[in-house]
Amino acid sequence: MGGYILKRLISAIPVLLGITVIVFLIMAMIPGDPATAILGSYATPENVERLNRQLGLDEPLWKQYFIWLGNLLQGDFGRSFALNRPVLDEILDRFSATLILAGTAFVLCAVLGVAAGVISAARQYGLADKAITFVVILGISVPSFFLGMMMILLFAVQLRWLPASGMYSIWGGGGLVDLIRHLTMPALALAVVATGVVARLSRGAMLEVLRQDFIRTARAKGVHERRVIRGHALRAAMVSIIPVLGIQAGFVLSGAVYIEMVFQWPGVGRMLVDAILKRDILLVQGGVVFVAACYVGFNIVVDVAQAWLDPRIKT
Amino acid sequence: MAFSSLTRRGFGVLSAAFLATSALVAPATAQTPPGVLVVGQIAEPQALDPHAVTAVNDFRILMNLYDGLVRYASGTLEVEPALAESWTISEDGTVYTFSLREGVTFHDGSPFDAEAVVFNFERMLNEDHPYHNTGPFPLSFFFGAVQSVEAVDPYTVRFTLNEPYAPFLSNLAYPTGLIVSPAAVMQNGANFGRTPSGTGPFRFAEWRSNEAVVITRNDDHWEGAPALEAVVFRPISDANTRVAEMLSGGIDMMVEVPPVALSQFRGDRYQVVEQAGPHLWFLILNMKEGPFVDKRVRQAANYAINKEALVNDVLEGTATIAAGPTPPAFAWAYNEDLDPYPYDPDRARALIAEAGAEAASLTFYVTEGGSGMLDPVPMGTAIQADLAAVGFDVRIETYEWNTFLGRVNPGLEGRADMAQMAWMTNDPDTLPFLTLRTDAWPDKGGFNSGYYSNPEVDALLEAARVATDQDDRARLYKEMQVIVQEDAPWVFVANWKQNAVTSGAVENFQLEPSFFLLLKDVVKN
Repeated sequence: MGGYILKRLISAIPVLLGITVIVFLIMAMIPGDPATAILGSYATPENVERLNRQLGLDEPLWKQYFIWLGNLLQGDFGRSFALNRPVLDEILDRFSATLILAGTAFVLCAVLGVAAGVISAARQYGLADKAITFVVILGISVPSFFLGMMMILLFAVQLRWLPASGMYSIWGGGGLVDLIRHLTMPALALAVVATGVVARLSRGAMLEVLRQDFIRTARAKGVHERRVIRGHALRAAMVSIIPVLGIQAGFVLSGAVYIEMVFQWPGVGRMLVDAILKRDILLVQGGVVFVAACYVGFNIVVDVAQAWLDPRIKT
Repeated sequence: MAFSSLTRRGFGVLSAAFLATSALVAPATAQTPPGVLVVGQIAEPQALDPHAVTAVNDFRILMNLYDGLVRYASGTLEVEPALAESWTISEDGTVYTFSLREGVTFHDGSPFDAEAVVFNFERMLNEDHPYHNTGPFPLSFFFGAVQSVEAVDPYTVRFTLNEPYAPFLSNLAYPTGLIVSPAAVMQNGANFGRTPSGTGPFRFAEWRSNEAVVITRNDDHWEGAPALEAVVFRPISDANTRVAEMLSGGIDMMVEVPPVALSQFRGDRYQVVEQAGPHLWFLILNMKEGPFVDKRVRQAANYAINKEALVNDVLEGTATIAAGPTPPAFAWAYNEDLDPYPYDPDRARALIAEAGAEAASLTFYVTEGGSGMLDPVPMGTAIQADLAAVGFDVRIETYEWNTFLGRVNPGLEGRADMAQMAWMTNDPDTLPFLTLRTDAWPDKGGFNSGYYSNPEVDALLEAARVATDQDDRARLYKEMQVIVQEDAPWVFVANWKQNAVTSGAVENFQLEPSFFLLLKDVVKN
């Protein structure tokens, strides 16, 4: 097992190096440089050259890359010129906000999606099934950012129940209740599509299982229907539901970018969008490398977990 | 779950969920207390170091934290004393001597004096200064003419310029001229931008990344304490969300209201404030090649474009029609006698026929958006239609802002016949000096991307730059405006009106032509 983990870790190194090269080259190739973005109207060739020198961008490209990579390997992500603070501080702040949002949305989509799927399957073609199917199709069809804006209009502007944006109240905020109040709308908006997908696939998986012999046996034995559904069928269906949840976890994390813009959630997606617009090179590069490293790490954990559950994979 | 199968336990769970929800919802939108003003900004500030930043968004905070030696008098773009009580200018216009206000201290307790002023400018301009590495200082060229800064005595400071440079005083009134605490810079180094200290009416309290910058009342300010207890600046980059926060009571004031949203704020609960600023939106015409080499065709373009429709319908009244190259916000330098080119397609057609430029095809550079560009795509389309009506075949090429600048700034030759552009400046000198002189052609490092050249205009602008008397300068600029309007190197389109919305609880607020946000006298009930 230890050898397998080591092998997976070593295989991640070229992936991460490749990512650093790609993100560095993309930032070098997109039009516009930070000096022009900072100076705006005043970007005379002379001013641009002077500022680039101060920012260390007058070095040849390969040299810039190796300086950056060398610093990165020592844990130094550099300093964001647009925010005038260390890149890593900013990323860690922002990433935790994204994790709170995406994590909540993921729990919502897993719990609600599976529950809706199970109820639908248990009452196939019944009133509950039809109602749930209707809501689910609606949820899958509405773009999350649009839903978010509509929620703001209804719950913040019209009813004034919930705050329109941000993560904490601006004055006298903080605390769990304050966070939940701010989290409710963005987490729901982000979870809706994923919930729909999970619900549809859970329903299918459950129906598949419910047709099988061991369910008929259980019923024939006189097991209570609730126990048949929860104990026998759901447990068997989870085998095909869990991979779907894994895919939805990635979907929720990437979908967070739109939601963060709509609700001004101070997460890593919004950070990257702002940083790209400002040509804040180090922040974009550092942010992408950090998020990519997290994905790679997450994948290794999943692979190792699967290998642990199913020894056949290790070969 | 069908209703009939709802068990008692299920009912219990549902009721608990309902109660929990009501508890969350119950404290319906906690309003901020009186005396605390929450301002919706368009972005997170870059830094609170006035020498290191360039964005109006940051200036809005900085002008309340710091003072400069001089400032713009309320409601104008004319310079008046601030930290300097008075000044004298040498006969030849190269030596400026300022007498400083005594007894002023920075928020960190250190004293404001001539040495502090010297430190501020040395840090920006002298590459060998021990704290020059706390930069970069992108706008330091505003003071590029400064040869030396000396403390003559503790309350007298002398600037020597290498040549007469009339915009010097208004550059000092710009945020780049605000005075920071040397002690705080020495203590915090590059982190000064996050732990600022000045002499302004408000002192820095807290910066919660991506959430808020909080500043609180400075009771010791030399002009007396401000009325507000605190101001909170919130970055809300999405315009729709900013509007929603305003409507839901989450913020008390927002700036840069999208034109389409203004109608939602008519009525008693809100106040809409507007102020025309030193901004010009124009079209650069390529005078080196193509139909616009002929003055008559350039004038025809000015007649053909319906500017009234642009400012009223496309910009929903958030701009006024521009008459010439100088925005009216520079009241002292603006030529009141200038009338905008009227909308007159017939006259345009006649001029085009006279010049023999019928049915010319034109390439028109349009940007997707950028600083001060307002609504460039719809404006570009409307202009295309107006020019088509007088027989031009206009082909639009649209670029992202950085790419756009990369194509326009090196000059339009061989690329395009016309391009959109907008500038916002602090002195009537800046825009024409950098964009209309023969010596400002792109190959000489300027922004004259359309290759306009008129020796008379060159002479007037050079003379205005070295004149130290404001009346002399005004006369020269007014003359320049008449010539440039007649020559029509640009299509003069619009001057942007900055706007802001405040809730009914906010009093005493007005916008400045400088586009800065001064909150010293604002009251919130």
